[in-house]
Order: sequence, then structure tokens, then C-alpha cells
Amino acid sequence: MTDKILEINDLVKDRGKTRVLHGVDLTVSAGERVALLGHNGAGKSTLIKTVLGLTKLGGGTVKIAGHKPGSGAARADTAFLPEAVSFHPALTGREQLTLFARLAGQKADIAGLLERVGLADALDRRIGTYSKGMRQRLGLAQVLLGKPKLALLDEPTSGLDPISRQDLYSIIDELAAGGCAVLIASHALTEVEARTDRIAIMRKGHLVADDTLAGLSAKAGLRTKMRVRVTSDAEALVQATGGRRMNGASVEIEIDAAGKMEMLRKIAEMGGAVADVDITPPRLEDLYRFYAKEELH
Amino acid sequence: MRFLAIAQAEMRILARNRWLFMATLIMVLFALALTFAGSAPTGTLGVDMLTVSVTSMTTLSVYLAPLLALMMAFDAVAGDAERGSLGLLLSYPAGRGEILLGKFTAHLAALTIAMTIGFGTAGAIAAYMGGAGHESVLALLRLIGTSVLLGGVFLTLGYMVSSLAKSATAAAGMAAGLWLIFVVLYDLGLLGAVVMDTGGWFTETLFPWLMVANPADAFRLWNIASSESVALASGMVGAASALPSWAAPLSLAIWPLLGFAFARLAFRRVEP
Repeated sequence: MTDKILEINDLVKDRGKTRVLHGVDLTVSAGERVALLGHNGAGKSTLIKTVLGLTKLGGGTVKIAGHKPGSGAARADTAFLPEAVSFHPALTGREQLTLFARLAGQKADIAGLLERVGLADALDRRIGTYSKGMRQRLGLAQVLLGKPKLALLDEPTSGLDPISRQDLYSIIDELAAGGCAVLIASHALTEVEARTDRIAIMRKGHLVADDTLAGLSAKAGLRTKMRVRVTSDAEALVQATGGRRMNGASVEIEIDAAGKMEMLRKIAEMGGAVADVDITPPRLEDLYRFYAKEELH
Repeated sequence: MRFLAIAQAEMRILARNRWLFMATLIMVLFALALTFAGSAPTGTLGVDMLTVSVTSMTTLSVYLAPLLALMMAFDAVAGDAERGSLGLLLSYPAGRGEILLGKFTAHLAALTIAMTIGFGTAGAIAAYMGGAGHESVLALLRLIGTSVLLGGVFLTLGYMVSSLAKSATAAAGMAAGLWLIFVVLYDLGLLGAVVMDTGGWFTETLFPWLMVANPADAFRLWNIASSESVALASGMVGAASALPSWAAPLSLAIWPLLGFAFARLAFRRVEP
């Protein structure tokens, strides 16, 4: 038995003469939230389409809970939120969701679901009158239909205001807590940082990184920044730590993750000369920039 | 029954965006206009007014049934693809055949409603004003049934171009082209060939079969050949008598299946 819900092995996809996916390997386990990052055209959407069975694979294997992509069983196990989702403007939110529930063969609590995503007031209004954010919420409601084993969310936060984003991520957390494997394709780097277990980065059809945030940081060798504010003699601190003087009262030190504690002890030894220390670990944006620019071998 | 869920939603959409109402209104207005405009030759030909009305409406339906059907169908796949909802729909367990069948069911039901009310109203008025025999009532029912069949053919052809087109606008253009070919150009071409042939083998043998192979002409032939008095009123006895009586019904029965198969094949290749 395996709890790996999504298994992608050596996935290759050509569009005409251009190869858009070069041997991608990726797995997402039950209850895991994985962020899939990459520039436009990096192959994220193609990857998702392949998993949905909407486009044929050129090589390699894709399995959803052991089933072939596009098979009835795989589709029954998968929930999908397309980027900038849109529905027929003439139907109401309730009618649209009822249609999806019937297609999925679910007897769902439609009103409850719409309330869960904050659309209780718009239940019987036509989708044509919805804002972009409301359509996105409706899209999210259909993800929650039934109990999907795998949720594929393509840019789920696009068009959402900050509060709605918070709601969205708490819903994603709930999904994962219920054992659903969640794959989120996103540009919203800082939010994904706090809310995912693992980060996969794609670049020009290659998977260039697939690790936890800490793991990625270690591999990238990006340095932690320390900013030390001194009470008196900044020069002495620069001498002792090899940092860079920012102004009369602060010194900035860049250090590898491994040397961080050592450096902290050194600073602590200086006692009253140090007024304050700020530590900034490498952020996802730095990492993303690092991996997205890294030369392919 | 997933296709029924889709059919129900599509039916709702047709009712909401007034399509059903407009299609019915168009049918009623045209059918009434033709019934009154065509009521003159009743006495000279010795047929009742309903027969004349059915004859006029047959000519009308050849143009209108395909047009209404194509206007409903051209958006079916391309529109969903453009809105971005097709990918989502296809991620559900419903198969592509079921999706097409659902849309077809709703669209065909809408056509049936429009045809029945349109032709029915005109027929009832003609019968009230100028009398109706047993045979002319049968002809009216046949007209309604075959019009729905003809519409069904063009629904499936509409889904086909909707799947082949890159956008809804392109699909609309292709649908217009399809209409022009089947309803106008095909007949003009045959007519030209007959004139060139001047009564040879082509006119005698091949021409009737080529004609019945086109669903629009099969529709015309079926309605005309089945009713002597309609044939008399339309003056189209020649072509109809050259063919066995099953030819036109067979053509109209096969075309919807053929069209659906074409649409299904084209839809299979759509990648949202």
C-alpha cells in the first residue's frame, strides 16, 4: 500500500516539435500540500492538463491513486480548479453546483458548501452578476464536492482579496487535513511559503527543484542575513564578524545556515555593545529567483 | 444519468437567455405569414387550405430548421472552451459522448417545442379557416416530425464545427458556411448538372440519389412524396417518383447518427 496519490514518472510532452515537459518526476502524498512554481510557459498548466487526462502524454507515466489519467476512476478521485474559472452566466450558483454534484454522482449539501466559501447570499443569483472573486469562490466550492483524493488548483488566489486568500488557504488546509493530496500552481510566492509542505519549481519544462523550504535553502546555499545594531563602536563589530557596515549604528552580516549559531554566540559575547539583532532567512522569492535562473545541465 | 443533468442545465440556459422564446416566436410568425400568403391557390388545385399551408411551411422549414439548429449548436463546445469552463467540465466523470448527448437532448427538445407550437398554430388556423382532411393533418404531423429530425441533423453538424473551430466566432462562420452549402449551394450545383446533362443518365439515375443524400432535400422529398396532394401543390412530383419510398426517410434517419459520430470524433480531439 502506498499513500502516494499522485505519481508522475519521467513525464515527457511535445507540442509539435517543441518539447514542453522534459522527464518530470513528481509525487504528492495524501494530506500533503505541494506548491508548483514557475514562470508562465514553464509547463505548469501542461502538467496539470496531463494529470487531468485532457492532453495525451508523450512519454513516462502518470498515476492518480493508481489509475490512469482521464479514466473514470481517476476523474472521480480528482478535483480541479482552473485558473480564472468561468461558468455560464445564465445559471445561478446553486444550479451550477447542483450540475457538478450530479456529474460527480454526489449528494452534496449545496447550500452548506456555498456558505462555506462565503457565497450564501449569492446562492440564487445568476453567475453573470458575480465578481471575479465570487466566481473563484464558486470554483472552490466545486473542489469541495465529495471527497477528492487529489486537488489540482491552478492559480487559486488570482482575483481574490487578502481576506479571501486567507479563507482559501484555510479551506486548503482543511482539505489536506482530510487526507487530500493538494497540488497548487501559483505565483503568489509568499503565501505558498507559509502554507505548503513542499515546493516544486519548474523552468522551461524541467523540474529544477522539489524539496521543503529548508531543504531548498540548504541546497541553494543562500545566506541568512543578520543585521546588528550597535550601541557604540560599529567598527569593532565589523572587525570581529567580517560584516559590512550599513551606517553609523548597524552592521549587516551574511552567513551560511550552518554558521548561524556560531555567529550568534560571537555577537552575544560582545555584551552591551550590541543593541539589537534581526535575522532574515532566505525567502522563497530569493530561492525562486535562484532556481528559476539556474543554468540547466 | 449524467447526460440528463447536462440536458437540464442546457435547457435552463435556453429558457433563461430567451432562446426558446425567440425560436418559437420566429417559427410562429413565419408559419402564420406563409399560411396566409399561400392561401390563394386552394380553389384551383382542389386541395384544402391546410395542405397548401403545409406545403408552404415545408419550403420554409428547409431553410429555418437548419438555421435555428446551427444557431443553437455552434456555441456548444467553442463557447465553453472560450469561457474556460470546458476543462473543468471534462475533469468530471461525465464522458465526452455524454456531454454531447446532454446538449443534444436539450437542444432537440427546444427545437421540438418551437416547431410544434409554430407549425401547430399555423396549421390549426389554416384548418379552422379553410378546412382540413385526414390526410392533411397527417401531413402536418409529418412536417413537424421531419423538421425536428432535420434540425437534429444540423445540431450534430453544429457541434462538429464547434469542436473543430478555434473560437466561437470562427464556429459561427463555419456554421453559416455549412448552412449555405447544404441548403442553397448543393441544390444549385445539382441543378446546374442537370441542365448540362440535358436529360441523360445523370438526370435519370444518379440525380435523385444525390439529391436524397442531402438531408435538406431528403426532408423535402419525404414530405412531398408521402402526400399526393402536397406533391400536387408543390409541383415537385418528378424527382420524388424516381426514388423508392424508403430513400428519403432512411437518409433523414441516418444523418443524425452520422452527424453525431462526426461531432463525437471532432470533440475527442478538442484540448481545452
